[in-house]
Amino acid sequence: MTAAIGKPSADKPTDTPGFFAKLLDGLYAIFTSRFLRRRFLFYLIAAFAAITLNFIIPRLMPGDPVQLLFARFQGKLDPRAFEAIKAQFGFVDGPLIEQYLLYLRSIITLDFGPSIMGFPVPVSQVIGGSLRWTLILAGIASVLSFLIGTFLGVLAAWRRGGRIDNVLLPIASVFGAFPYFFVALLAVYIFGFQLDIFPTSHAYDTAIRQDWRSTEFLWSVVYHMILPLFTIILTATGGWMLGMRNNMIGVLSQDYIVMAEAKGLADRRIMLMYAARNAILPSLTAFAMSFGFIIAGLLLTEIVFSYPGMGYTFLLAINARDYPLIQGIYLMITAAVLLANFIADMSYVLLDPRAR
Amino acid sequence: MANKGAKGSGLSFRLWLSLPGWARSIINNKKALTGILILAFFFLVALLAPLLAPTAPQRMVGRPHDPPSEQYAFGTTRQGQDVYAQMVYGAGGSLRVGFITGTVIIVIAVAIGITAGFVGGATDEALSLIANIFLVVAGLPLIIVVASMIERPGPDTIIIVLSLTSWAWGARVLRSQTLSLRNSEFVEAARVSGEPTWRIIVVEILPNMTSLVVSAWIGAVLYAILAQAGLEFIGLGDPNSVTWGTILYWAQNNQALLTGAWWTFVPPGLAIAAVGLSLTLINYGIDEITNPRLSSS
Repeated sequence: MTAAIGKPSADKPTDTPGFFAKLLDGLYAIFTSRFLRRRFLFYLIAAFAAITLNFIIPRLMPGDPVQLLFARFQGKLDPRAFEAIKAQFGFVDGPLIEQYLLYLRSIITLDFGPSIMGFPVPVSQVIGGSLRWTLILAGIASVLSFLIGTFLGVLAAWRRGGRIDNVLLPIASVFGAFPYFFVALLAVYIFGFQLDIFPTSHAYDTAIRQDWRSTEFLWSVVYHMILPLFTIILTATGGWMLGMRNNMIGVLSQDYIVMAEAKGLADRRIMLMYAARNAILPSLTAFAMSFGFIIAGLLLTEIVFSYPGMGYTFLLAINARDYPLIQGIYLMITAAVLLANFIADMSYVLLDPRAR
Repeated sequence: MANKGAKGSGLSFRLWLSLPGWARSIINNKKALTGILILAFFFLVALLAPLLAPTAPQRMVGRPHDPPSEQYAFGTTRQGQDVYAQMVYGAGGSLRVGFITGTVIIVIAVAIGITAGFVGGATDEALSLIANIFLVVAGLPLIIVVASMIERPGPDTIIIVLSLTSWAWGARVLRSQTLSLRNSEFVEAARVSGEPTWRIIVVEILPNMTSLVVSAWIGAVLYAILAQAGLEFIGLGDPNSVTWGTILYWAQNNQALLTGAWWTFVPPGLAIAAVGLSLTLINYGIDEITNPRLSSS
């Protein structure tokens, strides 16, 4: 008996490639893809462009950039420390190229100088504390809204004129036209202040000690995250849904779908493995591009929820005109967007053999 | 396609026939028509603001945070200003920035997109690279950086900053359409018959992507209206100007959520959403007109 049960499972790996074989295949594809190498080069150039923009913008503004950026430092610092910080941002008495190289050196070593509002805490430390909240929130929100929207879009296209197509899609589209921060305001007002179901600020209960291994703390984090997540998913899902539906409709009229139907394949298999797998490719490209928009929406959402991520810190920095912090946050957000784009490119390579 | 106009009397039928084809398809498309009507309503409000508003938007007329009443239909702000008057005047401020910015964005996008797609070669490589870089490094964070360095950015500075940073998406879409049109037979024929390049672009290529340009334009207007509201909401606008974004800014600053003064943030938010919805509907309509398979009926 035991031998009879054991035998088929022992044979299994030889029939179909196992999980690890597939994983190795995928990794091999990622490392050898010319497409990915080109994309990587592009992101390097883009990062360089962002860093350079950061250098040029204050120098393009009317007035004295040193005055603009560092006015609030004066008086807080002894003159020698002030000179050192200025040098870090490339403000030295030399040709522009020398200023630029000095600035580049600080940025590449992730040295953004001290924050003005949190003086003398360095900018990198202020950002480090808030970056994780934004990345968690943005990561979960963008992936969830993409998955939910895409899946509903597949169903809407599969059952044209059905309930999902005729009722859910228009509702999701209406919310898609709402500004993120207005939905956030409504959510905080209704569920936070009026009904008192959810917290109205912070990322966790500040009365609890911050310990990522304690379930009480984790639960408090989840509890504080529900409402911001909900508002972003509510406004972001409609776009994915419509996009996927329209892609699917294009794919469903292709000959190979008719062929699959003629062969008598199961509906579910045609819908997911034949139609959706091809229809999702344009959505994936859009997903990478949309990460920046999600982050932008999230910045405002965080402000409404007083959620201690990059957006909220950004607001505090703007109000204090803390330029070292503002520039540091801008560069970190850009880095996150570039990274997300690269991850999306990698999944593209895995899904579309033509990109290998 | 059945048209509603044909059912009417002889006169309205003749009027119907005198409309150009695109106008007829828009009126026949429920989504596009609804969108246009909503938008027309807000434009009318913006134009007639001095007639519609009982008082100047910044004047203190009542007690602070008065809930909606017969006298003040939308209540009053913390400063005792009439929210209804602010809403009516704010329509102009928000629509003006949105439409001017959207138009400037699309002009830049058309110029860059068509040049890149039509000229090709190194010009295309360079322009596409710049557009792609702007797509990933620009957006709201960059706009915030620029706006924060301007002392008191008013609506006009918002227009300039948004226009210079937001053309890349449209340029990319229009470039790929130009690429596919460039190799089509009618463009080839025009080239062989010796038409100058500018004429090929203006007379042969542009008219064939009208729907794409219009939908990119509407998308840009929508983006500009939302971005303006967002910037003003976080205090990067001129707080003394009256727009829907600054009404929201003051509501947030005056603790409207905490004090329960919902009438100071629900009307501007809903108005922005309604304009956003109308623009989205128009774009869905254009999509359905150009690609009838997408329509759900």
